Amino acid sequence: MSDATTTTPRIPEDLTAGGTRRRVKVRGSVVVMTLYLLFLMLPIYWLLNMSLKTNTEILNSFTLWPSDLTLANYRTILTDPSWYMGYVNSIIYVTMNTVISLAVALPAAYAFSRYSFLGDKHLFFWLLTNRMAPPAVFALPFFQLYSSVGLFDTHIAVALAHTLFNVPLAVWILEGFMRGVPKEIDETAYIDGYSFGKFFVKIFMPLIASGIGVAAFFCFMFSWVELLLSRTLTSVDAKPIAAIMTRTQGASGIDWGVLAAAGILTILPGALVIYFVRNYIAKGFALGRV
Amino acid sequence: MQTKTVNQKAWFLVLPVLVLVAFSAVIPLMTVVNYSIQDTFGGEFFSLEDKLMWFREMLESQRMWDALGRQLMFSGIILAIEVPLGVFVALNMPKSGFWASFCLVMMSLPLLIPWNVVGTIWQIFGRVDIGLLGNTLDALGIDYNYTQDTFDAWVTIIVMDVWHWTSLVALLAYAGLKSIPDAYYQAAEIDQASRWKVFRYIELPKMMGVLMIAILLRFMDSFMIYTEPFVVTGGGPGNATTLLSIDLVKMALGQFDLGPAAAFSIMYFLVILAISWVFYTVMTNLDKRGM
Repeated sequence: MSDATTTTPRIPEDLTAGGTRRRVKVRGSVVVMTLYLLFLMLPIYWLLNMSLKTNTEILNSFTLWPSDLTLANYRTILTDPSWYMGYVNSIIYVTMNTVISLAVALPAAYAFSRYSFLGDKHLFFWLLTNRMAPPAVFALPFFQLYSSVGLFDTHIAVALAHTLFNVPLAVWILEGFMRGVPKEIDETAYIDGYSFGKFFVKIFMPLIASGIGVAAFFCFMFSWVELLLSRTLTSVDAKPIAAIMTRTQGASGIDWGVLAAAGILTILPGALVIYFVRNYIAKGFALGRV
Repeated sequence: MQTKTVNQKAWFLVLPVLVLVAFSAVIPLMTVVNYSIQDTFGGEFFSLEDKLMWFREMLESQRMWDALGRQLMFSGIILAIEVPLGVFVALNMPKSGFWASFCLVMMSLPLLIPWNVVGTIWQIFGRVDIGLLGNTLDALGIDYNYTQDTFDAWVTIIVMDVWHWTSLVALLAYAGLKSIPDAYYQAAEIDQASRWKVFRYIELPKMMGVLMIAILLRFMDSFMIYTEPFVVTGGGPGNATTLLSIDLVKMALGQFDLGPAAAFSIMYFLVILAISWVFYTVMTNLDKRGM
């Protein structure tokens, strides 16, 4: 950062005015982005830092990096089934949710992008309202609904509950991507004698593969980060990791090291998948409308 | 926009969605409506007057209006910070190459952290004894304690939200900026337009479509925020950071006041519905203009 301010005046004066301006601007951007990314990374770094310390070090000395580096906190989590099953549970219901959401959203998105039918606009709006429904409103009714049909504390209950906001989202994103595919492709395929199902799977789906990827990513993400519903609908067998984390509060106070390690491990899956969709993230957030 | 064929059979394609969402949205919602017009503890209401009792009680309760006021303040403040900051960051992002990808991945990271972990991160970060932020502020001689002081609690949850979601605005604005053809900038350079004018007359109008989505998404999501502030402050000190969802969960799952909570839910949902409608109208109009 400091070199940006010191090098700027040293730019030779024989450069064109435009050149100088561009140079200064680029340096300015670097400073802004460095500061912003620093702001984003500092809290995460602090969590990482704590996860690698012993509790004694956390509580008794204030250090910017672990002086006594330990992996014991991670070992605690990865060797104790009551901990690591939380990750397994989360991954199971997130995967189920993604599959269900995409399976029902694909044909619906196709219908919305290609045909107009009675009530289509109202239906689309109604789907949107579900994306906007506060989970807090649904927590208690969901609890009663899934208890009464005997699905309480199962993965499928959470997966179904999360379809509330993921299906509308998936329909939206997919519709946005499908709109970009020319209709002539459909018509040609039908003339060539393809049935709808065959056309959809063999021709259409590969064409919107990136859209499906983005929709899957967003379903994964929103199911992964949600806690209120998944916590309300589970007690033991399907409890997500995010809810298990709260139990580090024992009689002897909070086990900060393990809590931090658990937190870091919940960030990893997102960090891994994000690389693959980095160029489509914005398009997905814009619901396929950039 | 392509013209669409009228085809009523398309209903069959949306049927699975309809069934699924009916199960996961309509049935629970009907339960809520049911509670809102009944006495939870067995008593029965007969007259319409009685049936609307919970609604009247909620409308008259100071508690709900206070929570709504705090909620509007929270959403207002975070929008006022996140939107300009997000646009500013987007303008400064590298346009292509390795660093562009690097920034995209780094910026998306907070968006993928489970919400209670976001809360935990800031809870730890702000603590005076073990957190970097709390400790630094303390060392600078600033009296900071988010569990005791209302102002500090508010600053903490707002900074947390800015940390969590500004990247979303930035990513959307960035996507809007990238769709501007180079020719526009070249024309501006020929006209010797100032940096401000380039922003005002080229970049901002082109970003408007996605920015609209960003603003409305942020408004919606901040309006139903629950987990993050709950983990950090638990709604306290006192009720200082008890936002609408926190209050609702307290009422429904904590005190089991199902009738009033259900009436609260319905009004909460109606507000969201009204805003969603504005959202939808604005978006479809922008779509029609081909943005």
